[in-house]
Amino acid sequence: MTEETMTLEVTRYRPGHDREPRTESFTVPYRKDWVVLDALNHIKDRIDGTLSYRWSCRMGVCGSCGMMVNGVPKLTCAAFLRDYRPGPIRVGPLANFPVIRDLVIALDDFMEKLRRVKPWIIRAVEKPVADGEYLQTPAQLDAYKQFSMCINCMLCYAACPVYGLEPAFVGPAAIALAYRYNLDSRDEGYRLREPVLSEAVGVWECTFVGECSVVCPKGVDPAAAIQRSKLAGATDWLLSMIMPWGGRR
Amino acid sequence: MLTRKTSEPFWWLLFAAGGMVAALLVPVHLLVQGLAVPLGWTSISHARMLALAAQPLVKLYLFALIALPLYHWAHRFRFILEDLGLRGLRTPIALLSYGAAVLGTVATLWVLWRI
Repeated sequence: MTEETMTLEVTRYRPGHDREPRTESFTVPYRKDWVVLDALNHIKDRIDGTLSYRWSCRMGVCGSCGMMVNGVPKLTCAAFLRDYRPGPIRVGPLANFPVIRDLVIALDDFMEKLRRVKPWIIRAVEKPVADGEYLQTPAQLDAYKQFSMCINCMLCYAACPVYGLEPAFVGPAAIALAYRYNLDSRDEGYRLREPVLSEAVGVWECTFVGECSVVCPKGVDPAAAIQRSKLAGATDWLLSMIMPWGGRR
Repeated sequence: MLTRKTSEPFWWLLFAAGGMVAALLVPVHLLVQGLAVPLGWTSISHARMLALAAQPLVKLYLFALIALPLYHWAHRFRFILEDLGLRGLRTPIALLSYGAAVLGTVATLWVLWRI
């Protein structure tokens, strides 16, 4: 019996050698429990050791193996070959990002935006450790929990046509994480994050295409976070118009 | 952050309000004035409708019903054009879209005023 195989059409780009990205086909064994990442590892181990891509946990937690699979942003550790039968499968680097080499993209832009929205708990006055934990009710936890599931895999940026057109757009994951901390009952940093979100390239740039929420592998709804942040921003704006002396949420 | 560099919240609030009106109220009028009356499911005379429209509160309602969805359209239309790649023309597109909505608002006021 001949072994079943599948073809992967992988985007290759070697800086200094290739003027532009090209496609290379590889034939890999088909296993019904293999994911695209397994196929890429097979190529790297057995066929061409120069193939470059990021990966780490193999279980949808680390967020490093995001790539375009047949044109759709996917975690390759969760994209099963069996769902793409008979193939071929096109594997490319995440859209909307500069490519460093092969399937590796530059993260700098996203990292800078992530820092800008201050995605950590901000307190006006930090209470001493001796005073114990900051307590939270289950309802207070539920308020932000889904937005805290983000693993920074950037699939939402690859799916967002607005980010593709306007690279300055703060973008889905960063806004969802800002919203996550704004919703946290322990946080007091709303006023510090608000200037970043209320910019023209903050929440207002979003045209509610909604693809970010469709492709999120962790069930986060960044589109909802952005629309709700728009409402919060618009309420702030209205209050500042009605009460210029201090209309604040 | 009380001083805003952007007028987006203003247009977005009108867009949001217009969307609510377009989704919840416009279908009612499409059904009543667009289907039920012309098809004779119910009979409301023109004179009676006109008399109803002459009430100040009804005029206010009609103003919101007609004017707000114009801003919903304008905002969507503006961003559709931008998403299609006409980002170099952002300012003229915004001026044309919202300008058309403002013109529609003035026309609505004019028509309602004359009833």
